[in-house]
Amino acid sequence: MTTATGTEGRTAPTLELRSVAKSFGAVAALRSGTLEVAPGSIHALVGENGAGKSTLVKIVAGVHRRDSGVFRLLGEDVDFGSTADSKSAGVAVIYQEPTLFPDLSVAENIFMGRHPLGRGRRIDRTRMYDESNALFARLGVTIDPRRVANGLSIADQQLIEIAKAISLDAKLLVMDEPTAALSGNEVARLFAVARSLRDEGRALVFISHRFDEVFDLCDTVTVMRDGAYVSTHLVAETTEAEIVSRMVGREVAELFPKTPAAIGDVVLDIQGLGSTGEFHDISFQVRAGEIVGLAGLVGAGRSEIARAVFGVDGYDEGRVTLHGKAVPKKQPRAAIRAGMAFVPEDRRQQGLVIEGSVARNIASVIRGGLAKGGLLTAAAENKASAPWASRLQVKTSALDMRAATMSGGNQQKVVIAKWLATDPKLLIIDEPTRGIDVGTKAEVHRLLSDLAGQGLAILMISSELPEVLGMADRVLVVCEGRLTADIAREDATPENVMAAATRSAPTAPPTKEPVS
Amino acid sequence: MSTATATEARTYPAYSRNLAARLLLNREAAVIVGLVAVYLYAMGNVPFFDGPLTIFNLSKEYAPILLMALPMTLIIITGEIDLSVASTLGASAAITGVLVVEHDLSLPLAALVAILVGALLGALNGFFVAYVGLPSLAVTIGSLALYRGLAEGLIQDKRISGFPEGWQDWPTERIGTSQYPNILIPIAVLVVLFALLLHFTSFGRGVFEIGLSDEAAHFSGVNVARTKLVLFTLSGAVAAFAGVYVALKSNSVATDTGNGFELKVIAGVLLGGVSIFGGRGALHGVVAGVLLIAVLNSALQLDGQGSEVIQIIIGLLLVGSVIASNFLPRIRALIPRRAAASTTAPQTPATGDETRKVSQ
Repeated sequence: MTTATGTEGRTAPTLELRSVAKSFGAVAALRSGTLEVAPGSIHALVGENGAGKSTLVKIVAGVHRRDSGVFRLLGEDVDFGSTADSKSAGVAVIYQEPTLFPDLSVAENIFMGRHPLGRGRRIDRTRMYDESNALFARLGVTIDPRRVANGLSIADQQLIEIAKAISLDAKLLVMDEPTAALSGNEVARLFAVARSLRDEGRALVFISHRFDEVFDLCDTVTVMRDGAYVSTHLVAETTEAEIVSRMVGREVAELFPKTPAAIGDVVLDIQGLGSTGEFHDISFQVRAGEIVGLAGLVGAGRSEIARAVFGVDGYDEGRVTLHGKAVPKKQPRAAIRAGMAFVPEDRRQQGLVIEGSVARNIASVIRGGLAKGGLLTAAAENKASAPWASRLQVKTSALDMRAATMSGGNQQKVVIAKWLATDPKLLIIDEPTRGIDVGTKAEVHRLLSDLAGQGLAILMISSELPEVLGMADRVLVVCEGRLTADIAREDATPENVMAAATRSAPTAPPTKEPVS
Repeated sequence: MSTATATEARTYPAYSRNLAARLLLNREAAVIVGLVAVYLYAMGNVPFFDGPLTIFNLSKEYAPILLMALPMTLIIITGEIDLSVASTLGASAAITGVLVVEHDLSLPLAALVAILVGALLGALNGFFVAYVGLPSLAVTIGSLALYRGLAEGLIQDKRISGFPEGWQDWPTERIGTSQYPNILIPIAVLVVLFALLLHFTSFGRGVFEIGLSDEAAHFSGVNVARTKLVLFTLSGAVAAFAGVYVALKSNSVATDTGNGFELKVIAGVLLGGVSIFGGRGALHGVVAGVLLIAVLNSALQLDGQGSEVIQIIIGLLLVGSVIASNFLPRIRALIPRRAAASTTAPQTPATGDETRKVSQ
């Protein structure tokens, strides 16, 4: 590698991916990934959640093996079977939250597995510390190589990962949302380091949801959507609006048939809800018959808000009222009694007792009421759960089958059945169709629409923009723990929702005051 | 109520296997078969095993183990453990002894005080486990030493004996003309109560759910912390009741009363088919597990085996049963289930590979 700049002549790109595909079972996570990164450049990779960015990065990192397509590094075909392979070929991946050994020193973390050895094969600590200091000096930062990694800020941990990458002479650095957890100064320091690495002739891939950062730092930007390459632009020759329209480009399909329902009284009223470090000053209402979509990027704080409202987590300020009655905080039982139901994001860990039977899962919230004289029988649980399994068309051979043996879509139906059995007034549903097949997806959407038609208030969190736009009567957008927009169904477009979700200034005023 | 526009009602069988398979293909059935086999073999082949004293002595000896195994079953099903039960038993015996013999308190009153103190000691464990969030293994190793120290502080190096005549004999008197001691009456009552609590109440369903996934239980409105607090409190109270019994049975209390019982209790619970990882087990299996250890112990003793042989055999049985429980699911998988009623195209498989082993 002698070429320090990628501006003149055609040198072999550091990384070249063409039509790379990867499927997990029947799910195609990446259909056609294409990315070409020149040496001495910083290349942004952008796309919605689920666009396939992470899968692409994992293929480059050697975590996954591609099913098909071309994968070249420095002009040579490569095929990584492990992360060790990719490291030795000169690839370094820096994740949003680095995984250092917390109890080892900074220097030991940098030289893990390849400590400099002195006489008698003893670890030469002096040399290790000197080399660490030299690396940090090159990056222009000061971190004591002798201190333990535990307690370092995420920004410092990332720098240690970068130092490690340089000591391995990495030609390609991939940074997966490195700025998500950093403060303004830390971002500036990271960018200075990134620029100096670029000027040394290394290639960098920068994944971020913040467009101002992309436009500030990067030379080139590649847009992905639905597991496929969309376009590549020179940053100097494009605009934020163009990138957003490329990201959301698809038509909102007719898959999502929310039928208009009579909107009734306020069911859920949230005022000034805040939890330190998670979300701030959240106020909104959900009315009977209304589906309110909570949109935003992964990590914006949507799930945290839902969890606080339902009481599985606490909150620091604000209040939650349901049908005019205050709901006590941090008591799921009380929230259930008040009429709330919560289908959480993580079906396997939170939504279901995955090793439990269909019947016990469906009856798990209502079973207290099934007991006669305090005694609960399996027969009573079966009798109560069968009609719900039938109503949701759960496919299982018997009620005692473990939920773990069922498909994701059927598991989701069991979770929904369990909550509908409680006859709720408000249904909070987090990622209603994540990881379920298209047919079941449509069934779930039809069901939500029917339920709203019967007067149920629904708060739906979804990272799929078409789902939000198709289902929601009103879209609330959360960005970095704050509500940044409240958009009526007829005004909502992929562009204005995406713009509100990626607004990086945390103090930006909402486009419209929340109804109150 | 119905939202289904054009969906036909489905019906579901309650069980995917027939009754015989459900009754026989489980750990509990295996332990019960083992117990019956050992008992019948010993009756025919071990000298004096069929004598009138065998069952009597065996019941007397293993009553405290069986008692403590009842709440321990529930605790282990939630994925926790209580190692302090034998020390709680010792503390309770010491309290009873000091109050009755040295302070002339009536026995029922002293027993009540001992049981309340036991419940409090259990609640203390429960508080640290459930509300502070410490691992129960660490908490109860600590309280194992702490509560034993409490007993030692109360009675120092004395040996307390001389309980009032009437009470002293009650637990070991026979029920009518049978060969069973009186203590089996409260044991039978507690077995039934704990079986109902675990298998026939909403609370019991929560116990299983916590063991399978405490997060999912929390999200379904189960009060995980309170459930654990209740279980540890019950464990302390029952261990204290066992302590009163042990004091009366042997008419003596020393600092080492009940020493090492916790391991026998846990051995019985695990042999009875309760998973040490939580989430599965049944009370009838645990009763059979404790009885299997008791019968085996007694038969080997009468057969003239030394204690080292007995220890080795029971140890092997326990290790063997843990290994065997890994094979049971594979045997079960060979027995066909009801065919799935689904005719639709295959769906997205559930994520996670471990779930696919079970044949449809």
